[in-house]
Amino acid sequence: MVKAKRKPLEEIRDAIKSYKRVLTVGCGGCVSVCMAGGLKEVNTMNAELKQMFKEENIECSFDGFTVERQCNMEFLEDVADKVGKFDCLLSMACGAGVQYMSERYPDIPVFPAVNTVFIGVDKEIGVYEEKCRACGECVLGYTGGVCPVTRCAKGLFNGPCGGTNKGKCEVSSEVPCAWVTIYDRLKAQNRLDDILKIQQPMQWQNQVQRTIIQEPYKERYAKQD
Amino acid sequence: MKAGSNLEKILRAGHFAFTGELGPPRGCNVEHVREKAVPLKGMVDMVNITDNQTAMVRMSSWAAAIIALEEGLEPNYQMVCRDRNRLAMQADILGAYCHGLRNILCLSGDHQQFGDHPNAKGVYDIDSIQLINMVKNMRDEGKFAGGAEIDVPPKFFIGAAANPFGEPYEWRVHRLAKKVAAGADFIQTQCIYNMDLMREWIKQANDMGLTEKTYILAGVTPMKSLGMAKYMKNRVPGIDVPDEVINRLAGVDKKKQADEGIKIACEQIEEFKETKGIAGVHLMAIEWEHKVPEIAERAKVLPRPVMD
Repeated sequence: MVKAKRKPLEEIRDAIKSYKRVLTVGCGGCVSVCMAGGLKEVNTMNAELKQMFKEENIECSFDGFTVERQCNMEFLEDVADKVGKFDCLLSMACGAGVQYMSERYPDIPVFPAVNTVFIGVDKEIGVYEEKCRACGECVLGYTGGVCPVTRCAKGLFNGPCGGTNKGKCEVSSEVPCAWVTIYDRLKAQNRLDDILKIQQPMQWQNQVQRTIIQEPYKERYAKQD
Repeated sequence: MKAGSNLEKILRAGHFAFTGELGPPRGCNVEHVREKAVPLKGMVDMVNITDNQTAMVRMSSWAAAIIALEEGLEPNYQMVCRDRNRLAMQADILGAYCHGLRNILCLSGDHQQFGDHPNAKGVYDIDSIQLINMVKNMRDEGKFAGGAEIDVPPKFFIGAAANPFGEPYEWRVHRLAKKVAAGADFIQTQCIYNMDLMREWIKQANDMGLTEKTYILAGVTPMKSLGMAKYMKNRVPGIDVPDEVINRLAGVDKKKQADEGIKIACEQIEEFKETKGIAGVHLMAIEWEHKVPEIAERAKVLPRPVMD
């Protein structure tokens, strides 16, 4: 899922301090799961902002509401009757949610309260690790389920490079070399042939904004000429 | 003098500048570059050497620029943000300067999907305005983008592009202002066909005092044919060809269309000579380099001033 991290409180303050009434909108989707922008985090952040604004003598009132997901117009309707009472919205959703919120309520400023960081996994409670960059051309089939786009610092398709150091990446002795991991896994599965052939340059699909329509819906959304 | 290039000297002396363009070949055909250079010599003050224009691979712009320099032209080394990151850009800037290049044009570059490697990864590590600023800081502060000092900084006369014909029109002059603030010493505009919009844009630039801070060269591309005009109108993003231009070309015999195109261009140049805030013309005679002497003659911009 998408993983996010709350922005520094000072940055949020600077964005919203000229507004008097702020509605913080949480999201019950991914950011709730990674504990960055769900119901609980809305309450925590509003409490922290109230405290900060009080100490700095900035006049501002905060309210909070969490919708099921901000990446869907239907759920965004749930704040329609509230938005008019506020001067700005502070969205705790991922970048997609913030943009959809801004699109639904174009007359009111919407500010992001979190940084959307990556698509990743839950390592421990509150600890997340990046696994996917949504490149749109998944190569995990021949790389033993290890993503070279995300996990190799150079994004190599024919690694490992010469910088591999005792199985670690040249950028950090803490980071395992993706290509050593790929090699080890494929070797164990007796599939090294998969990486013996030269992989040709990637045909990048993520260089323009993408839209997908799932196969069963193609007909429904076919463009009318 | 910031860089002491021929263009800078000409502009500072108050002459009306006249610059041209030369596209590098799709291969190692050096003779082709030299042939294209011949008709430009003595006809223009500076020649833009394009950088993988329309996202098609060509001989690198710095390399073709050095050949042009050997042929006695003053190159304007074009650099796009699409193909290289800030390390490569700065390295090329150092190298280009060492080989005698003195003008640089900082551009975003056409998106790779327009070219013949549509699924290449677009670099766009920095954008054109950031590139302008980086070259300026290299020159004036003697510093790399990363902050370290440069041992003998490159001193380029810094150019940027401007398109008065993209929406939102009223914002275009503010984008120009940002480029000037970032360090653009001169501006070359997109090909101009819509003179009404151009007049409005230059007026705004004058009102904002921008034309006192930078030299604006108006972009002119003579139409070779009615077909070209229609193609430019319908297919080329950011180019505005009014119907009156189409109609004028359509109104003459097919064999006379190129001549009519040059005539329109010359009329534009005559107007730009008299326009406050316009310091020269950038002639983009696309794959028409051999016509440049005729166009220069008919536009009455000859002889070109010779600077020390």
